[in-house]
Amino acid sequence: MSSEWPLWEVFIRGQHGLNHRHVGSLHAPDAEMAINNARDVYTRRNEGVSIWVVKADDITASSPSDKGPLFEPSNSKVYRHPTFYDIPDEVGKM
Amino acid sequence: MYAQMVKSTGQGVTPREEMTPEEQAFQDRIDADEKIEPKDWMPEGYRKTLIRQISQHAHSEIVGQLPEGNWITRAPTLERKAILLAKVQDEAGHGLYLYCAAETLGISRDQMYEQLHSGKAKYSSIFNYPTLTWADMGAVGWLVDGAAIMNQVPLQRTSFGPYSRAMIRICKEESFHQRQGYDIMMKMAFGTEAQKRMAQDALNRFWYPSLMMFGPSDKDSVHSAQSMAWKIKINTNDELRQKFVDQTVPQAEYLGLTIPDPDLKWNEESGHYDFTQPDWNEFFEVLKGNGPCNKERLGARVMAWEEGAWFREGLSAHAEKAAARRAAVAAE
Repeated sequence: MSSEWPLWEVFIRGQHGLNHRHVGSLHAPDAEMAINNARDVYTRRNEGVSIWVVKADDITASSPSDKGPLFEPSNSKVYRHPTFYDIPDEVGKM
Repeated sequence: MYAQMVKSTGQGVTPREEMTPEEQAFQDRIDADEKIEPKDWMPEGYRKTLIRQISQHAHSEIVGQLPEGNWITRAPTLERKAILLAKVQDEAGHGLYLYCAAETLGISRDQMYEQLHSGKAKYSSIFNYPTLTWADMGAVGWLVDGAAIMNQVPLQRTSFGPYSRAMIRICKEESFHQRQGYDIMMKMAFGTEAQKRMAQDALNRFWYPSLMMFGPSDKDSVHSAQSMAWKIKINTNDELRQKFVDQTVPQAEYLGLTIPDPDLKWNEESGHYDFTQPDWNEFFEVLKGNGPCNKERLGARVMAWEEGAWFREGLSAHAEKAAARRAAVAAE
């Protein structure tokens, strides 16, 4: 059996003005074929106006065990949210 | 279903007090309807059962292209041909979504193909029945995809994130499959006498194999109990089968076709139809490889893989050459 094609992660921009979103992955020998295959696999019903493909090996992900140290610090910073501040009604909409 | 009789650990559900702290935390997340993602800690049994289930589901989608592919060149009109092509292409897509979901659990695509081609991995029994007439395309869409939807809709809520997301995509597309099948059935059932006979014949042949798709009763199965505790199985086989019968009988009545079960009748008390179980001996024979088309289906699949090898290798060689050329240019 020959060696397996690399895995690519596929990102699609659904409509103009929106971010590309991760939709899934696929195997392809190179970037060009990855785009072609992504067109066939992930946009058969007009789901996109633009495709990105990235080799899965090139993605660095945060590890689930880092969830605490990475994200907990922002939990205590309620003052970053607009609702932290009471603005009197007389001031009007702000 | 597309994944029939998936074996779990075979141990039954571990009582909470016997679980390790990790297992307890894992079960708590599942009970809270949190999704499990590939890099999260998970019990080995959960991983193995899911690999078995998702790959079996993927294999079914891929082998499921064959009975319908049979009719692409013989579709009665250009429109029907285009529709059938689109449907078969969807099945390939569904297989790919599912293979990718399984790969996140640490099995490679080649390993899964090898398991399918060697006969070690199973696929749904339904695809080992022949598609003899055009009306079978109607019956497959209406009944087979109808039964698949019954199982796949609840699986959108399954606990493993990549599997759940694949099911959501698949369910969006599956409704087209069932409706195009019913559309074919309507055309034939309301057509000439000969067309109506073909439609009835297709229903006669596909009814019991469709009921088998849900698998034998699993109300006492330790495998199913574990899978349900892990939320990788949401309903029992009998629940889904009953739901399918209840939904399908009125649809057959609308077509003026007769479900080939003389004992089928509405049960006022239970609020469900009573119906005859399929022949489970036949089901086990088909699973063992002795169905009408097992050899043909697996043979076609293996041939496609082996005869496509030169093309896959060619694409890899081209990719390597192009990469080397780019590297040389960059070095200048």
